Amino acid sequence: MDLMTEITIFVLAVFVGFEVISKVPTTLHTPLMSQTNAIHGIVMLGGLIVLGYADDGLEYLIGTIAVAFGAINIVGGFMVTDRMLGMFARKPKPQTKPASSASRPGAGSADGGGS
Amino acid sequence: MIPSAVLEPGGDAATALYIVAFSLFIVGIKQGTHPTTAKRGNLVAAGGMAIAVVTTLLLDGMGNWGLIALGLGIGTAVGVIASIRVQMTEMPQMVALYNGVGGGAVALIAWSEIRHGSHGLPLDELIPILFAGVVGSVSFWGSNIAFAKLQDLIPTRPIAVPGQQVINAVLLIGIVAACVSIATNNDDPSQLTFIGILIAAGLLGNLVVLPIGGADMPVVISLLNAFTGLSAAAAGFALDNVALIVAGTLVGSSGTILTMEMATAMNRSVANILFSGFGGAPSGGASGGGEEKPHVSIGAQDAAIKLAYADSVVIVPGYGLAVAQAQHAIKEVADELEARGVTVNYAIHPVAGRMPGHMNVLLAEADVAYENLREMEEINPEMPRTSVAVVVGANDVTNPAAKNDPDSPIAGMPIIEVSEAQEVIVIKRSLSPGFAGIDNDLFYEPNTSMLFADAKQAAADIAAEIGNL
Repeated sequence: MDLMTEITIFVLAVFVGFEVISKVPTTLHTPLMSQTNAIHGIVMLGGLIVLGYADDGLEYLIGTIAVAFGAINIVGGFMVTDRMLGMFARKPKPQTKPASSASRPGAGSADGGGS
Repeated sequence: MIPSAVLEPGGDAATALYIVAFSLFIVGIKQGTHPTTAKRGNLVAAGGMAIAVVTTLLLDGMGNWGLIALGLGIGTAVGVIASIRVQMTEMPQMVALYNGVGGGAVALIAWSEIRHGSHGLPLDELIPILFAGVVGSVSFWGSNIAFAKLQDLIPTRPIAVPGQQVINAVLLIGIVAACVSIATNNDDPSQLTFIGILIAAGLLGNLVVLPIGGADMPVVISLLNAFTGLSAAAAGFALDNVALIVAGTLVGSSGTILTMEMATAMNRSVANILFSGFGGAPSGGASGGGEEKPHVSIGAQDAAIKLAYADSVVIVPGYGLAVAQAQHAIKEVADELEARGVTVNYAIHPVAGRMPGHMNVLLAEADVAYENLREMEEINPEMPRTSVAVVVGANDVTNPAAKNDPDSPIAGMPIIEVSEAQEVIVIKRSLSPGFAGIDNDLFYEPNTSMLFADAKQAAADIAAEIGNL
């Protein structure tokens, strides 16, 4: 791939990244970070290529460590994100509010706000 | 190995599969915009990763399968154990560690590429390799310090090194000069010079993070996240791999957005956070001046009565709540109140906690419904209609001086406007100032009551008192 093609891909990816990620609500920023940690684990591909074509001792060592680091990112990142998002998705028991609360000032203000 | 299934490195089939992989990353992040779809989005992204990894393993000529299995095995085991064991209060450390290993992997790959380049590397590969090596090493060593600070292995207060700025500048100039020297002799890049670059970059990473106080960690973690992303993208340029370029850029964008949001929420520039050494909690000290001003002090029973007969309550949690592990006790108070028909919401300041969105995760763990977690901009207009605002373990983010006093060190910082509420209860151990080291005017306002206690104990007492009413 020539350099200009790669730069084109990079610039477009910057715009896509900003567009998509700026829509993630503050509430989900911690899972977003751990998920991007996992996606960053894509560098394991580089480690695999280094190790897969390695032919000297130092290279074996560098490659194995790089693959292990990448795998920590991928496995740990996706799993911990899944664990956290499970906490957000968990549906709490529907709270049965007494009917009187509906007439109280301010009592209804919470219901529509989360959207 | 299935010889018939091997893919040509850099060939159309492999590239097409990488394109599928990064498309799934984008779809996955896009579904992360809402909690109901985020879990599925995470699986979609993980599926993309599986495709990318399998594609690479099928490349023609791959070998050393034993070592590949070893590396994958070690990494997977560490990742699984860490992700199961980690407490939600420890998430910032975990992300710091992940940032670190990610950066470390990139630096190692760059080193290996340099070793392969003894027969000459074209500049459009060499420059990304050098960039990846430097940024990867800075991220690795900077993240290690961030991890150590968050884990309390080293003091969280700013650690000043004499001549800090000068040393950093010298290191940076040295790194750039060494990179230029390698680039101009690219027929045979010097291994030693490159290792020197990695070490200098590592030192720079350490020295940049050491002077930053614990309270500024959200910014540092986000920034290191952005760095690791950029280093991965650079590695993609070096290896001619589209998956690395796009995935690295996505991570870089995410880290950059979060860094900017955190800095905005503190009303400070990123440069100010990195280079001023401000933000170290002067722990326990400087409480003397405040004690003399008049304030109202109440007990758990009074607080319970105020809350139980309120129409609507807004809870404002800060990092103190996480330190005291009070999130479950607070949820009990909220449950008691909701059972009595009181509306309860949580107002989350963007920098509450030690990383972006940290407080939301802690409250989600305590089973607080997503709908009740309200962002600052959303809840502030509702404050005047709120009967009681309860501040738990938060301080500077509620200080009205940020709005009213243009000379205050935190002037202009967006705050949760609790002083607009009809009544305020502040649960806090003492009147001592927060990390900004300034007195909080909120404590002395006529509609504010102070409840001096440990957050967890106070919340448990209030919940019990409400139950007895």
